[in-house]
Amino acid sequence: MLDLGVWQEILSTMRKNKLRTFLTSFSVFWGIFILMILLGSGTGLQKGVMHNFSDAMNSVWLWGGRTTIAHAGYNTGRQISFKNDDLEFISNHYEALENISGRINLWGGAYSTNYRNEYGDFGIQAINVGFQTTENLKLTNGRLLNFIDIEKYRKVAIIGRIVKERLFKEENPVGKYVNINKIPFLVVGVFDDVHDGEVERLYIPISVAQKTFRPGTQIGTMTFTCGDLSVKESEALLEDIKVKLANKHKVDPEDQSALGSFNALKEYKQMQALFAGIKLFVGIIGVFTLIAGIVGVSNIMLIVVKERTKEFGIRKALGATPRSIIGLIILEALIITSIAGYLGMLSGISLLELIAKNMPASEFFRNPGVDFNIAIGSAILIALAGMLAGFVPARRASRIKPIVALHDE
Amino acid sequence: MSQSIIRVNQLHKSYITGSNSLHVLKGLDIDIQQGEMVSIMGSSGSGKSTLLNILGILDNYDKGEFYLGDTLIKDLNEKKAAWYRNKMIGFVFQSFNLITFKNAMENVALPLYYQKVSRKKRNRIAMEYLEKVGLTEWAHHLPSELSGGQKQRVAIARALINNPKVILADEPTGALDTQTSYEVMELFHEINRSGITMIIVTHENDIAEKTERIIHLKDGVIEKEYKQNHSIRYA
Repeated sequence: MLDLGVWQEILSTMRKNKLRTFLTSFSVFWGIFILMILLGSGTGLQKGVMHNFSDAMNSVWLWGGRTTIAHAGYNTGRQISFKNDDLEFISNHYEALENISGRINLWGGAYSTNYRNEYGDFGIQAINVGFQTTENLKLTNGRLLNFIDIEKYRKVAIIGRIVKERLFKEENPVGKYVNINKIPFLVVGVFDDVHDGEVERLYIPISVAQKTFRPGTQIGTMTFTCGDLSVKESEALLEDIKVKLANKHKVDPEDQSALGSFNALKEYKQMQALFAGIKLFVGIIGVFTLIAGIVGVSNIMLIVVKERTKEFGIRKALGATPRSIIGLIILEALIITSIAGYLGMLSGISLLELIAKNMPASEFFRNPGVDFNIAIGSAILIALAGMLAGFVPARRASRIKPIVALHDE
Repeated sequence: MSQSIIRVNQLHKSYITGSNSLHVLKGLDIDIQQGEMVSIMGSSGSGKSTLLNILGILDNYDKGEFYLGDTLIKDLNEKKAAWYRNKMIGFVFQSFNLITFKNAMENVALPLYYQKVSRKKRNRIAMEYLEKVGLTEWAHHLPSELSGGQKQRVAIARALINNPKVILADEPTGALDTQTSYEVMELFHEINRSGITMIIVTHENDIAEKTERIIHLKDGVIEKEYKQNHSIRYA
């Protein structure tokens, strides 16, 4: 049943019934095409939003604000600032915490940076070593800041990719000096990060900043990562830390604005749950799209078989066996659905690629794409469905007595 | 040479429609020799088409026996039936029954497709047969572009291509004008002269008169049967 003659016969039948072939093909093509767009968009949305989580997933950020509740004899409106001893306090009390760091943000504008005649306004952030892990920096050249830099008050800096491009052009910045507010810092490394905003930055040791730019012991924002703790554990830990810090700073534990915090893990898990939901939704729509395609193919196959009853009668009178009739219908269905399914898949993926290439990645959408296995799987599924859809009426047609079929006008 | 090609003994056939049973063939006995040219006549409802369908293995029968050559044709499975139809029998129908989307040559070649003859070869053979019926120039035309007579000649070429023992023609001139009908009968005679048995179902006297032997059916039995003297005998 698979010899060349059968294929020739089927191909010539398809060629001579172009509208029928087209309609069946289109139904399959469209089903797969829409499915690809749907799945691809879902993935794009997810990638876009998840992309925002460029920092360590288990990072926690803590910062001080102004009090809004009078407590322990203090009036409202008092600014709470973390100092070196707060870092020591939490690192002494909580063993689970890693990469504990402060971060002083020296905003660009007030601090100008230059290398020779190239000037720029970049963010300057003064940090401890651990912050580099929390921020998920990708070192591309040289080294990161280390503990000796902090301890020895070394005037060293690591610079972001964009800083390097603007100030140093093609030059290798490692070993050169940049001036921050006219104070020279030795560049020891270049880093990259996911977001452009995070590579328009220089990082310097926090100890140096506390001597030069912000005399004192303030540390700005406190950050740390919390190992393998679950969302629940990390939330409980954060709550505990906030209560202890509130106590230490004589703040009412109920005062929401005095101590601010952000638990990346919690947000991340929430997003994951949201996308699991979206995925399920897209999946269900996808399945229904497939079903619509399958029903379309089945419908057309039913009509096709009905329309060809007389032809089958003639063929049987001339010596066609029931099996050859079934083979004729099913192979035709298989050829049409697999080619159309493949084209639909190809077009869908191409369109997604086109979108991915030409649409700037946003916070909500980037790199739409389809899991190759799902794509192939759906194409095969719809091809099989087309075959099955052909099989039922084909078997019936093959059983009709030729005499009945011949009288069918 | 007097060998039976078709032998029917006490053939019965009923159609059941709902609760009614319609007894169409009521114990027919027919013996047709190889190389004969026979017409079967009868008014509508006489059972002549039913008989032809049974002889063509397009339909089955209830009781009796039907031998095609030496083979008893009874309760064949579809595959066997298809094989006999393909090897032994050529059909010519009143409504031509050409496949509309195939051109004349492809229609003629179709029986050879079911003998697994390669496309090139079967198209070449089809052209030979189209030449025999005088339609070489129309080989690449679709049935819709042919006249009734031309269509019937294509159908006849198709019936001949697998070298059948018997050609069964069901009202072959029913859709044709007199002139064309006679041309078709002329062609049938030519085919018959090559030794192929012809069985023609018709209700037209002038057509039947062009055959050697006429069998009249009435209400499922043979009413009368006679040979004609003016015909030339080859048997």
